[in-house]
Amino acid sequence: MKNTGIYIHIPFCVRKCAYCDFFSFSADEELKRHYADAVIKELEAWADHFQEDEIDTVYIGGGTPTVMDPADLVRILSAVRNLFRLKDDAEITMEMNPGTVTRETAFLLRPLVNRVSLGIQSFHDRELKALGRIHSAAEAVEAVGILRKAGFENLSFDLMYGIPGQTIPGWKETLEKAVALSPRHISAYSLIIEEGTPFEKMYRDGKLTFLPSEDEEREMTNLAEEYLSIHGFSQYEISNYALPGYESRHNTRYWKRSGYLGIGAGASSLIGHTRWRNTRDIGLYLTNSSSPELLKREEERLDLKAEMEEFMFLGLRMKEGVTEQDFREMFGRNLTDVYGEQIRKQLAGGFLRTDGCGRFAFTGRGMEVSNVLLAEYL
Amino acid sequence: MDQSKIRNFCIIAHIDHGKSTLADRIIEKTGLLTEREMQEQVLDNMDLERERGITIKAQTVRTIYKADDGEEYVFNLIDTPGHVDFNYEVSRSLAACDGAVLVVDATQGVEAQTLGNVYLALDHDLEILPVINKIDLPSAEPDKAAEEIEDVIGLEAMDCPRISAKTGENVHEVLEQIVKRLPPPEGDSDKPLKALIFDSLYDSYRGVIVFIRLFDGKLTRGTKIRMMATGGEFEVTEVGIFGAGKFIPTEELSAGMVGYLEASIKDMKLSRVGDTVTYAENPCAEALPGYKEPLPMVYCGIYPAETPRYPDLRDALEKLQLNDAALQYEPETSQALGFGFRCGFLGLLHLDVVTQRLEREYDLDLITTAPSVIYKIHKTNGEVIDLTNPTNMPDASEIDYMEEPMVKAEIMVTSEYVGSIMTLCQERRGIYEETEYIETTRAVLRYKLPLNEIIYDFFDALKGRSRGYASFDYEFCGYERSELVRMDILVNHETVDALSFIVYAPNAYARGSQMCERLKKEIPRQLFDIPIQAAIGSKIIARETVRQLRKDVLAKCYGGDISRKRKLLEKQKEGKKKMRQIGSVEVPKDAFLNVLKLNEE
Repeated sequence: MKNTGIYIHIPFCVRKCAYCDFFSFSADEELKRHYADAVIKELEAWADHFQEDEIDTVYIGGGTPTVMDPADLVRILSAVRNLFRLKDDAEITMEMNPGTVTRETAFLLRPLVNRVSLGIQSFHDRELKALGRIHSAAEAVEAVGILRKAGFENLSFDLMYGIPGQTIPGWKETLEKAVALSPRHISAYSLIIEEGTPFEKMYRDGKLTFLPSEDEEREMTNLAEEYLSIHGFSQYEISNYALPGYESRHNTRYWKRSGYLGIGAGASSLIGHTRWRNTRDIGLYLTNSSSPELLKREEERLDLKAEMEEFMFLGLRMKEGVTEQDFREMFGRNLTDVYGEQIRKQLAGGFLRTDGCGRFAFTGRGMEVSNVLLAEYL
Repeated sequence: MDQSKIRNFCIIAHIDHGKSTLADRIIEKTGLLTEREMQEQVLDNMDLERERGITIKAQTVRTIYKADDGEEYVFNLIDTPGHVDFNYEVSRSLAACDGAVLVVDATQGVEAQTLGNVYLALDHDLEILPVINKIDLPSAEPDKAAEEIEDVIGLEAMDCPRISAKTGENVHEVLEQIVKRLPPPEGDSDKPLKALIFDSLYDSYRGVIVFIRLFDGKLTRGTKIRMMATGGEFEVTEVGIFGAGKFIPTEELSAGMVGYLEASIKDMKLSRVGDTVTYAENPCAEALPGYKEPLPMVYCGIYPAETPRYPDLRDALEKLQLNDAALQYEPETSQALGFGFRCGFLGLLHLDVVTQRLEREYDLDLITTAPSVIYKIHKTNGEVIDLTNPTNMPDASEIDYMEEPMVKAEIMVTSEYVGSIMTLCQERRGIYEETEYIETTRAVLRYKLPLNEIIYDFFDALKGRSRGYASFDYEFCGYERSELVRMDILVNHETVDALSFIVYAPNAYARGSQMCERLKKEIPRQLFDIPIQAAIGSKIIARETVRQLRKDVLAKCYGGDISRKRKLLEKQKEGKKKMRQIGSVEVPKDAFLNVLKLNEE
C-alpha cells in the first residue's frame, strides 16, 4: 500500500504581510464557513480514489488556518480522518500565526493535530512591524505557552532573516529566544523580495532601506547553522533544521517527490506523474469543489526529463542529497550518464561532495549558492 | 513633359528645425493626399527614424501643385538624410535637385549643420530659398534669424517666407516661391540617357528599385541600360514616379524628371548611389561627376549573441547592404565571440542605426565590439598596412611607426559653454585651431582631433557638457603619426580578443584602469573570484577582481508548489542566455560595448 500526503490550503489571513506573495486574503465569517464546507466536499469527492493509499502526513497551511472558526477546522480534520485511511502515527501539522492562537483553538485542535508550525519570524517588535506581521514578540511567547499547556509537544518555528533593519546580533537574539522555547523544528529562511508584494514596490521606489547586504545575509545563514547545531538541531534541508527524528515528514515529500493531494483553492498536487494546482477563484472553488476535475489548473503530466530534473533540483536541497541507487530505481538510468557533466563540474568546484558510494550532496558552499547550481540541472 | 512645370528640390535644415513637418505640409497643401491619409510624418517611414527624429534613408515624393497663376506644377520633393555620417548620401540627393528650401528655426537661428548643408547645396549650384520656421513660438525672433541668414550665409532673407510648418501659417507662400524662385530643370530628352542614382531600395519581390533623376534622355520599359561605374547592364522592366508612400508606374520618364526604375536587379552592389545610368548601346559621353565609393571610417565586430544564428546575421547584413551601400562587412572569427563580421561604417551614428536595424528588423541579438578606426602601420620592412581590427596588430618589433586618422571638427556652442567644451577637446587630444564668434552669444570652435577620440562617446560628452546646446560636425583631414599601443584585457587570465583596443600610449595606464573598473561593474558575481587585467604586451598595467558570489538561495517551498520553483530556476537559466561564456566566465553581451563608455560618469 502506498503512502500519500494531504495538503489543505486555507487562503485566509487577518491581514496580508508586506513580503507575502502567497495566495491569501482576509474574508468574512460567512465565506470562511462556506469554504470549510467546500473543502469537505472536495475531500469527499477524492476519497474514493485514495482508498488504496495510506495517508501518513496531513498539512494545513495558508494563509493562516487559525483565522477559521476552530469548529470548522475540527470538521475538516474529522472529515480527513473519516474519509481516508489515516495512519496511526500520521504527522498532522497546522500552521498558526501567534496572533491567532487562543486557548479555545489550542484545546479543540489538540486531539486532531500533533504538530504546529508557528509563524514567529522574529523576536524583535521593530522587525515584526517592518514585515507587517500582526503579532508582537511577547504574543509569540504567549502562544507557545498556550500550545504547550494544551499539550502540543512538536512545535516548529518559522524564523526570518534579511529583514530590513535587522542586524547580526539581532538575528542571534532571535535564534536564542527561539531555542529557549524548545521547539523541535525551525525553518529559517531569508526574506526574498517577491514580485507583486508591497515590499517589491517599496524596493523599486527605494523606500526599502537598511536591507542587510549579501555578505551580512551569508553571515546570518552561517550563524543559524552554527548556533542551531550547537543546540542539537541539524540542517536537513536548505532552510530547515530539526532535532533528531523531528524532520518534517510532510515537507520531505516535496523534496523526495512522493505523492501529495492538494485540497482547497490554489493548492498544488503531485499524484503519480501529474502535477496540477486548483483554481484560485474562490467563487469557482465554492461552486465546483465536489467535482475536483473542474478545479484543476496548469495540469502537467511530467515526462522523464522533467522528473529527472525535479529529482535533482529538489533532492539536492536536502543535506543528504541524492543517491545513484534512488535515481536508477526511479528512472532506470544512471545518474552520472544523465548529469555527469554538471556533477563533475560541481564536484571540481567544491560545491558538491560524494561519499563514494553513489551519494551526492551539496557542500556548505554549494548550499549558499544553490540557485545557480540547481539551475544547471535544467 | 514640359520641363518648365517641374521643380526638383529638397529641404535642408538643422536637426529639429522642422524639415519633416514642412515636408508634410507641402504634401498636404499640394492636395495629393487627404488629411486622413497623412501619417504623423509622411517622409520618415522607418520606426527607428521616427523615434530618433532623424531621417536616415532619403525618401522622395512627387506632388502636383496648382499655383496662383493657374498652372499645375510637378513638385519632386527629394528628402535628404540629416546627419554628418551621411554626407555623401546628402550630396547625391542634392545633386538630383535644382533648388533647395532652407529651413531655419526662428528660435535658434543658423547652426553649424545648417551651414554645412548650405555649403553642400551651393557646391551643387542649387538655388536656395530660405524659410524662417516656428514663428508661432513665443521665443521666435524671425528678424534676428533673417539677419543671421544674411550675415552668416550671405543669402537675401529679409522678405523670405516666415512660416509655422506646425500650424500651416504662410506655407502657401513657400509653395508660390518654389514656383517663382526655384529654377526648372534643363535637359534634352533626345540626347543619350544620363540619369543619376540618388538612392535605391531593395524589395524582395521586385529586386532593386533604383531612384533616379534624369538629366538627359528618356526611359521606358524595355530600355537597355548600363550603370557606368559598376558596369552592370539590365533591361528596364518598369519605370514610374513616387506617389506618397507608393510607387506609381508610368509609360516614360524623360529629361528633368525624377522617378524610379526596376530592371530585375538582384545585386545592390550594381546600383550604387552616385552612379550614372545610361543606354547600354549609345551611351552618353561621360558620367555625371561626383561618384565615389562610400568610405567607411569606423569599424567594429558584430557577432550573434547566440552562435547558431551566424547564418541569420549573414543574411541580414546581406539584405541591409542592399539598402545601404555604405555598409561594408567581411567575416571574421574571434576566440571569445566565435564567428561574426568586421563591419565598416561611415560613422558612429551609422553603426548605431545598422545595429539597431539588425536587432529590430531581423530579430537578432548582437554583441558589438569596440569601434575602431583604420590605423596605418608602417612596418620596419617598408610595408604599410591598414589595421581595422586591433587583434591583427603586428608585433611591436615589426612596427616602425603608426599613423592615425585625424578630423577637423567644428563645434558650435553658446559662449557660456566654450570653456567646458575646450576642456573636453583638450582631454581628447584636440589641437586648437580657432574660435569664431558668430555673434556675441555663439561661437564656432575649430579643433583638429584624432578620430579615435571621438568615435566612442564624444557626442554624448559634448551634449552632456553643454546641456545639449552644442552641435558638432567633422570631416576627415588625413593621417598623422602617433604613439599608439594595443591594450589587451584579460578575464580570468585569458585574453579576450574582442576587448582589445588601440590606445594613445601616454593615456594607456588611465584607460586600462578605467576599463578594468568598468568591466568589474559589468560582470556579475559568479561562483569564483574573477581577476580582470589590462595588459600591454606581457605587462599587466591594471587589475580588478570580481568577488565570488556569496549567497543565492531559493526561499522555503510552500505548499508543494514545485512548478513555481521550477519557473524561478528557469528564469535564472534564462538570465544566463544573455551572457557570453568566455572561458569559464559569463560576460553580459552588452559589456563589450559598455566598457567603452569610460569618461563621462
